[in-house]
Amino acid sequence: MNLLEVKDLDVSFATQDSTVHAVNGLNFSLGKGQTLGIVGESGSGKSQTMLALMGLLARNGRASGQALYRGENLLTMPTDKLNRIRGDRMAMIFQDPMTSLNPYLTVERQMTEVLQFHKGQDRKTARAASVRMLDAVRIPEAAKRIAMYPHEFSGGMRQRVMIAMALLCEPEVLIADEPTTALDVTVQAQMLTLLRDLQRDFGTAIVLITHDLGVVAGLCDQVIVMYGGRVMEQGSAQQLFKAATHPYTLGLLQAVPRMDSDDESLLAIPGAPPNMAHPPQGCPFSPRCSFADAHCHTTRAPLQALAANEHHLRACHKDAAAIQTTPAQEAVHG
Amino acid sequence: MAEAQTRQPILSVRDVKVEFQIKSDKGWPWSAPRSLKAVNGISFDLFEGETLGVVGESGCGKSTLARALLNLNPANAGSIRWMGQEMRGAPEAAWLSVRKDIQMIFQDPLASLNPRMTVAQIIAEPLRTHYPDMSHDEVMTKVRAIMGRVGLTAQQINRYPHEFSGGQCQRIGIARALILSPKLIVCDEPVSALDVSIQAQIVNLLKELQKEFGLALIFIAHDLAVVRHISHRIMVMYLGRAMEFAPKRALYEDPRHPYTQALLSAIPIPDPELERNKVIQLLQGDLPSPMNPPSGCVFRTRCPKAQERCAQTVPELQASGTGAQAACLRV
Repeated sequence: MNLLEVKDLDVSFATQDSTVHAVNGLNFSLGKGQTLGIVGESGSGKSQTMLALMGLLARNGRASGQALYRGENLLTMPTDKLNRIRGDRMAMIFQDPMTSLNPYLTVERQMTEVLQFHKGQDRKTARAASVRMLDAVRIPEAAKRIAMYPHEFSGGMRQRVMIAMALLCEPEVLIADEPTTALDVTVQAQMLTLLRDLQRDFGTAIVLITHDLGVVAGLCDQVIVMYGGRVMEQGSAQQLFKAATHPYTLGLLQAVPRMDSDDESLLAIPGAPPNMAHPPQGCPFSPRCSFADAHCHTTRAPLQALAANEHHLRACHKDAAAIQTTPAQEAVHG
Repeated sequence: MAEAQTRQPILSVRDVKVEFQIKSDKGWPWSAPRSLKAVNGISFDLFEGETLGVVGESGCGKSTLARALLNLNPANAGSIRWMGQEMRGAPEAAWLSVRKDIQMIFQDPLASLNPRMTVAQIIAEPLRTHYPDMSHDEVMTKVRAIMGRVGLTAQQINRYPHEFSGGQCQRIGIARALILSPKLIVCDEPVSALDVSIQAQIVNLLKELQKEFGLALIFIAHDLAVVRHISHRIMVMYLGRAMEFAPKRALYEDPRHPYTQALLSAIPIPDPELERNKVIQLLQGDLPSPMNPPSGCVFRTRCPKAQERCAQTVPELQASGTGAQAACLRV
């Protein structure tokens, strides 16, 4: 059985003007030791998906569909039961380590709290376990450092403290929301190596939310590409990077400045992401898509498997082969 | 390199240092403040129409250097010559006239725009400051022309910054920098806050504007991949010092300094096969405190090639055959 099974997940927010549909019809499953990458630009709904699973949506947010953890639906679970799962069996790492650690409490207090609550350990045992975990994420002099406050750590160290805290109960599922976005590249490389090692040692399943396709390429088995609250393309990392079939995925791949190519100009995607309060009527990407025609602007394409590969899904009216063979569009700055 | 060129550089920076006085919270109230050397001896020449990329991680002094070039924080030592005229220590009135020619674009597109001003007021402000006698009609004609040039529409002229997305705000910032027809624009991480697809739009726009107006650019970033697409020469900084200074091709094809090599190998490549099989030179540990930098080479505490002599001698930038200069005893 899969650890995590998400079926037809919708997330919407009731605002004064209207209802904003942040996530529509998301499906995925995640097994032990696997890594799923969710890629998209700001406002694509990638973070809200995971907040919904953890029961952390804002008060005006509503999630429907199913999110099964070992067969039990997280979305309808009573809070006290959910509290025993999150932080213990499922943990989350947030983007900004400074705002997600409590500035008033020492790292020790924040870490032992987790073990006292979930494992019923006494303070002394919990402290020893916390120090071991800080060692595992390579915080130097962990036994001394644990007594410090979050502001006494550097950005990279704080993120390591966050990861250590998330791993304290050896969760089966780790959700990482842009874990390296706020970090410098050399620290990012340290963090990604750390996540890879931890996954190898503990067999943790990881959901990695990011906008960095390079990070996805290095870590993920499965990839979901989201845009405007919908899945545009979904498949294995190998397929997606080698043979992307959706204009948006292709556009993203071409827009990334690469170290291993000498192209003078970057290929930008014209326009800007949609306003989710007034999403386009047809395909959400159609206003920015160079392949779009009248049909795309009025009718949304369903997410369907490719004829050649039932595990590779795409939501596009256009023929996959035609999109792949069309020469890259001219550099645009619209 | 610069010496071989016959034309004059528009900006010539020699051994610039910027220090900040920090009051220690552990000492006595009357104890002397300690100094933090944010920029410690940077030199370069910049020519017309050229882009200099400045790369380094947080805390390396790249933004402080940029601000020193406009006297937003004054340089404590060294020389900053603009069009042959020494500007360090010059009175504010002299700087004011120079700022017609040197403009700046900031990292956070929304925070750098006044929320209470309309787009027209924001873009017109440099004109009203530097040319107070210009007629309203002339100002608005110029504003409209420049808005069209950076990809904003005429209907947006009376809107406020919060009505725009990050990429559009950055276009407003570019229009404001461009309206005085400057010779140099200092771009302090102009694309780091933007989504990938928008990032490419802004980088391409800056390149086009450079060609069109013959602008010189100083492009600051923490990401070597973005800098590659816009720069002619690149300086890599670490703890206030230049580690490597090289033409683009030399830097990417044959990085000399161990820090440049580590930075380059740390950038993830969007290709699963390449990314999983590449060898990353992981840097150990964290950035040392700039209050108390290591002796000798500042990078030696994290350098995989460091030797004993690296702790004793401060390496100077040394030229090699390819036109690259690296500050390393082991190159």
